[in-house]
Amino acid sequence: MQTLTLPLSPDAIRRLKVGDAVRLSGILLTGRDTAHKWLVETFIRKTRLPAGDDLDVERAIRPLLEGGAIYHCGPVVGGLETKDYRFVAAGPTTSTREEPYQGDVMRHFQVRAVIGKGGMGLRTLEACGEVPGVYLHAIGGAATLIAQTVTRVIAVHKLDFGVPEAMWVIEVRDFPAVVTMDAHGKSLHAEVEARSAERLASLLGA
Amino acid sequence: MGVDMRDLSPELLELIRLTSTELPPDVEAALHDARAREQPGSAALGALDSILENIGLARQKSSPICQDTGTPLFFVRHPGDWSTRALRDQIRGAVAEATKKSYLRPNAVDSISGKNSGNNLGDGAFPTIHFEEIEGDELTVELILKGGGCENVGAQYSLPDGWLGAGRDLEGVRRVVLDAVHQAQGQGCAPGVLGVAIGGDRGSSFAASKEVLLRPMNEPNPDRQLAALETRLLEEGNRLGIGPMGFGGNTTLLGVKATSLHRLPASYFVSVSYMCWAYRRRRMIVHGEDVRYP
Repeated sequence: MQTLTLPLSPDAIRRLKVGDAVRLSGILLTGRDTAHKWLVETFIRKTRLPAGDDLDVERAIRPLLEGGAIYHCGPVVGGLETKDYRFVAAGPTTSTREEPYQGDVMRHFQVRAVIGKGGMGLRTLEACGEVPGVYLHAIGGAATLIAQTVTRVIAVHKLDFGVPEAMWVIEVRDFPAVVTMDAHGKSLHAEVEARSAERLASLLGA
Repeated sequence: MGVDMRDLSPELLELIRLTSTELPPDVEAALHDARAREQPGSAALGALDSILENIGLARQKSSPICQDTGTPLFFVRHPGDWSTRALRDQIRGAVAEATKKSYLRPNAVDSISGKNSGNNLGDGAFPTIHFEEIEGDELTVELILKGGGCENVGAQYSLPDGWLGAGRDLEGVRRVVLDAVHQAQGQGCAPGVLGVAIGGDRGSSFAASKEVLLRPMNEPNPDRQLAALETRLLEEGNRLGIGPMGFGGNTTLLGVKATSLHRLPASYFVSVSYMCWAYRRRRMIVHGEDVRYP
């Protein structure tokens, strides 16, 4: 078991290998489909002009992203009416939907850890090699267990995206995950898929 | 009962709470069995340990097992004297209340504007409610909460499928279902349970592939051929080695439930609904003043 503290140094990232179990602590940001699309279109490809509080939000999250972690998660949040927010259930969502965006977001903001479930593809794996970064696989569905590791909700940005899609700034302690894509070009997901393709072919007699 | 029809809102709220926070015992037992099949020290075993710990914690804290509380799918079987309009209103009211109480995440998003309604109420299809009038005097409401991750890896095949060598017979069904399991990898939160519907049109086929998920885990299919197909698909699906969370391992599937529908001569659809390990389904039975959640 390795313990990781945010922000992450390039050396800390390079020490990690596929299969390592980790416990992550520090301040991180949730972001999923709407947030990734917004980041890429507004600040990277610049296909839309910043509007509303876009620039303020970018200024607020940039220091968290640099060397930091982005968590693919749409939480159940209590205290919405009083703004006394607490994470009730907060497991990972399927990461592959961010594949068109993730590598660019990692490079642009120097994000060193992407946390989610289901793994990601070649473009993200390449970015892991360059930045360097890792993909940390959390246990899908283990939402109440993971919410226990969220010690504080510090802020929320873009709540108008909806509760699941908003960017929540949270502090975590000993957040459990497994490295399934590392900075050395290795992906557990590619290995498992290749093996299951072989076994499928033999079951189909092809 | 007419205007005197009973208000079941509190009981429906309890059904939603129970479904979101307490996994059915047969599913939990299947996960314990899966745990016993994984290697000590493996990532697969670690995943199942976390899953089982989470199930206990969610039950104890009355908090959602998974943050994606999904599309609420209600199946209502009612005697003739219940008003489906009144029941629909009560179900929608209970869903909004459950969202306020954090048993459900606000999940209804307008597909054109992108706005989340904030209370889980969308148009007529959100939540999804199926009504069926039945004989007798018992009202049964069943609820499945089906998350987006597993919904996204569902698949529908039109046979024959030349690529998979799948003809219009049960061998063809076997081939496409195994392909669906391979395509899904760990993305639907394996180990999952498959609902498989053979036949129908595209719409009825997918609907049946979800309704079949109401069957208990260990109840054998009453149809001998479908029972054999379920057993074989379970065994062969697990031989793919995808494992819990797609980490590799011995349990990729916890179960397979199959059903068939009449089809047009020209069509032969096979629909696969993948249900994640957080297989949240519960039942409420109303008989006179008595309400049970068996």
